[in-house]
Amino acid sequence: MEKILEVKDLNISFHTFSGEVKAIRGVSFDLYNGETLAIVGESGSGKSVTTKSIMRLLPEHNSEIKGGQILFGGKDLTKLKDKDMQKIRGKDISMIFQDPMTSLNPTMKIGNQIMEPLIKHQNMSRHAAKERAIELLKLVGIPKAELRVDQYPHQFSGGMRQRVVIAIALACNPKVLIADEPTTALDVTIQAQILELMKDLQKKIDTSIIFITHDLGVVANVADRVAVMYGGKIVEIGTADEIFYNPKHPYTWGLISSMPDMDTQDDELFSIPGTPPDLLDPPKGDAFAPRNPFVMKIDLEQEPPFFKVSDTHYAATWLLHPDAPKVEPPAAVLRRQNQFFSGNADLVKVGNAGQASFPENKEGK
Amino acid sequence: MVKYILKRVGYMIITLFIVTSLTFFLMKLIPGSPFNNFEKLSEVQRNILLDKYGLNDPLPVQYFNYMMNLVKGDLGVSFQFDNTPVTELIANRLGPSAQLGFQAMVVGSILGILLGVIAALKQNTWIDYGSTFIAVVGKSIPSFIFAGLMQYYISVKLGWLPVMLWKGPEYTILPTIALAMFPISIAARFMRTEMVEVLGSDYITLARAKGASRWQISFKHALRNALIPVVTVLGPLAVSLMTGSLVIEQIFGIPGIGEQFVKSINMNDYPVIMGTNILFAVLFIVVILIVDILYGIIDPRIRVSGGKTK
Amino acid sequence: MSNKDITISKDMFAPVHIDPSKSEKIAKPSLNFWQDSWLRVRKNKGAVVSMVILVIMILMAFVGPMITPYSYDTQNTKHNNLPPRIQGLEDVHWLPFDGTLSRRDGTVYNAYEVRKVDAYYWFGTDNLGRDQFARVWKGTQVSLFIAFMAALIDMAIGVAYGAISGYLGGRIDSVMQRIIEVIVGIPNLIVVVLMILVLKPGIIPIIIALTITGWTSMARVVRAQVLKFKGQEFVLAAKTLGASNSSIIFKHMIPNMFGVIIINTMFSIPNAIFFEAFLSFIGLGLQEPHASLGTLVNAGFKSMIAFPYQMIIPSIMIALIMVCFNLVADGLRDALDPKMRD
Repeated sequence: MEKILEVKDLNISFHTFSGEVKAIRGVSFDLYNGETLAIVGESGSGKSVTTKSIMRLLPEHNSEIKGGQILFGGKDLTKLKDKDMQKIRGKDISMIFQDPMTSLNPTMKIGNQIMEPLIKHQNMSRHAAKERAIELLKLVGIPKAELRVDQYPHQFSGGMRQRVVIAIALACNPKVLIADEPTTALDVTIQAQILELMKDLQKKIDTSIIFITHDLGVVANVADRVAVMYGGKIVEIGTADEIFYNPKHPYTWGLISSMPDMDTQDDELFSIPGTPPDLLDPPKGDAFAPRNPFVMKIDLEQEPPFFKVSDTHYAATWLLHPDAPKVEPPAAVLRRQNQFFSGNADLVKVGNAGQASFPENKEGK
Repeated sequence: MVKYILKRVGYMIITLFIVTSLTFFLMKLIPGSPFNNFEKLSEVQRNILLDKYGLNDPLPVQYFNYMMNLVKGDLGVSFQFDNTPVTELIANRLGPSAQLGFQAMVVGSILGILLGVIAALKQNTWIDYGSTFIAVVGKSIPSFIFAGLMQYYISVKLGWLPVMLWKGPEYTILPTIALAMFPISIAARFMRTEMVEVLGSDYITLARAKGASRWQISFKHALRNALIPVVTVLGPLAVSLMTGSLVIEQIFGIPGIGEQFVKSINMNDYPVIMGTNILFAVLFIVVILIVDILYGIIDPRIRVSGGKTK
Repeated sequence: MSNKDITISKDMFAPVHIDPSKSEKIAKPSLNFWQDSWLRVRKNKGAVVSMVILVIMILMAFVGPMITPYSYDTQNTKHNNLPPRIQGLEDVHWLPFDGTLSRRDGTVYNAYEVRKVDAYYWFGTDNLGRDQFARVWKGTQVSLFIAFMAALIDMAIGVAYGAISGYLGGRIDSVMQRIIEVIVGIPNLIVVVLMILVLKPGIIPIIIALTITGWTSMARVVRAQVLKFKGQEFVLAAKTLGASNSSIIFKHMIPNMFGVIIINTMFSIPNAIFFEAFLSFIGLGLQEPHASLGTLVNAGFKSMIAFPYQMIIPSIMIALIMVCFNLVADGLRDALDPKMRD
């Protein structure tokens, strides 16, 4: 599979009144053609900042890319001037945001908002652009498209607005679509519809998707590969199967354990104690150490490097070092690992077209 | 939308009623009389005068007559100018005041909006601080102080522009600037705040993510949205111009309504005072009403299918 | 990523006990609302400088008339229309305190020498020979007094009206709000002019005229705050403990509103100064021998060409006071308004 986007050792800081916040501290990952990569993590882990930096949408007056490269189409996006980035945004790389209620310009007709990238990037005439806009509205499932193309955002519901936002993003058939928590602000039923829509469109348009979310259920639904972020770094990365059924980082263990499922017998819901690290003054060793029930002395001294678990699976935890003691992961994780190794359940089918679906693992059905 | 307009018009009528009644009763409370040397006249002569102007009738009758006349558009006659109808007096003086007010409003709002937009686009640079400084100074210092200082330094000392009177376009420059300072400051301040808020919103980030250029974002997307709330401020601004014009006309000797008003105050010419008061009240209320309606038209959220505003 | 520059010994992998409470320590000392706001105000240099200037001016308003040998209302026609002259600055010709005037043709002459006056009037004299220095500071006193009184009364009425309207709610609130809407619809100008005409110009009538319509903005703001607080739990808690309505309003809600109350009051002071000066200009201001900054500017206007200092000095004073008050009010608003927090 070919790589369409490569992020290498990205370091980003924000200059605030209180000092320099090191928001991204050495993030590297690749995006392959046609896949869906999910980035999960808590608020403040750096998911949004990473993707915004790919589009170079961070506020200029206080953010700084201190190091690293973002390679796309033979160019390093960190070095491009804004004028050149404008040619890429909306055309080769698109983005959709979290809150559909505020993503659209309230005083501009929907049609015009969709037509804007078409006219700018593909040099279409207004007439042709409008035709295409109507086509796109139909594609994302908006009924009576010819009528609605002349309406204003406040005349659409939340779910419909998000569909419009998707239409805008896909107007020029971008190679990469970045979706920043696109379903977080929607009802669960609408959520499912939007996810189905995105998977459907991905097949039709053959675009690669970076999907940011904090909801593991959504991840299981859409992702081919998953990257887990914490404290401005990626702590574990692998295929969806590997992350769900054979996680190796204590933070991922915590996340998996926090997901209640049908087999949970406990009375109390599990949660990871403590709060995320202060990136004004990042800790010396492993950022997760203060909340890690399996913490070791070395976690306080040095940051762990990536340890290889398989060709596609890497985790940055000292627990994978040959000298580390063997620990037993929490019960919920153990259960999944058993399923993984015994080949018992219908696991997630991992394929190129991102046909991931959540397995029915109730008594092996 | 229609309900909204009707409601506003309703308020307008009530307010007008109150203002006119208030004017009437307060005028009646003023001690002394409008006639010169009243005390020197004999009883009979006094009564003749009072009768002539209907000032001997019982109060309710006077009030009724007054209101009836108002509805007919009759504002009475001036005591000072020997029975010239007040409406005629006012009509003669409308021209200069209207021109001055219009010029100041146009100059003030356009300059102010431009200044605000530039300050917002170049936030936290010296351009921003400079325009904020101008805005603070312009809104704090009363227009007549500006007028006086400008008149002294520019007209008297430097002789660049005429000192007073209203004989040609160059005569209008200093008064317009003096009057426009306040609207410029308010408009600039307001525009900057709105612009900054709009520039930080999600849909602007999305526009950037679509590859829109700086220019397109500032003007095509942001300005339109930021301008809408600024319209609401135009109403009170227009009103402030009316207040300001009273003194500016005095200072520059402009033959407008304001100057007339001040003269009539000093001469106790009650019908003129009342008439001008009512004129101002009507202007004030109508301007605010127009601005309110305008706002409803410009914002598509209100205009189209009655959506909710933010 | 770290580089493994040191050899990792086996004992590094021994488990360690972490105290979770340590990670929750907060780096900065905690400040209460007022301390926090004061820090913000201090950062705003414009506001700080303005505050200093205002304090100096207020002091001078009291001290000024006392430190000059002349009183503000003593006339001395032999000494009329003299330009400013300060001992020691007489020979500094680029400053306006050298006792000189210029004639129409541009020649400069020393008025004191020409008229053989052996006295020093720091701000000059007016057309009746009264000392401008004393008059300017006395005028500042009067203007500030009127402004503060008007602002205080506006605050009292506004807070009471708004609190009662918001707290009682329902029908009473509706009626009270309608009344405000009508009052606001009446132009300030007209009411003030009418009031002065009826009451005749004077310090008290001017204050009354200013306060009749000035309280509405405070009432609206206070009402909004009261409505916001009404639904909050500390009010519910107070009620459950048996607090009376008035004690809830005055002991619980209003202390939480001090920020907005102060801001509103600060803004109404320059407004009052403006109106007072404005009234002087249209002939409805204070009468002789009272002096306010407004009357001084108005009087100075008449002799602007021949004796410019009579207009310029009070004009600059008004301008300075108003700019400073506005800057301080702006600074306070930025500091006290929680919506603007970083």
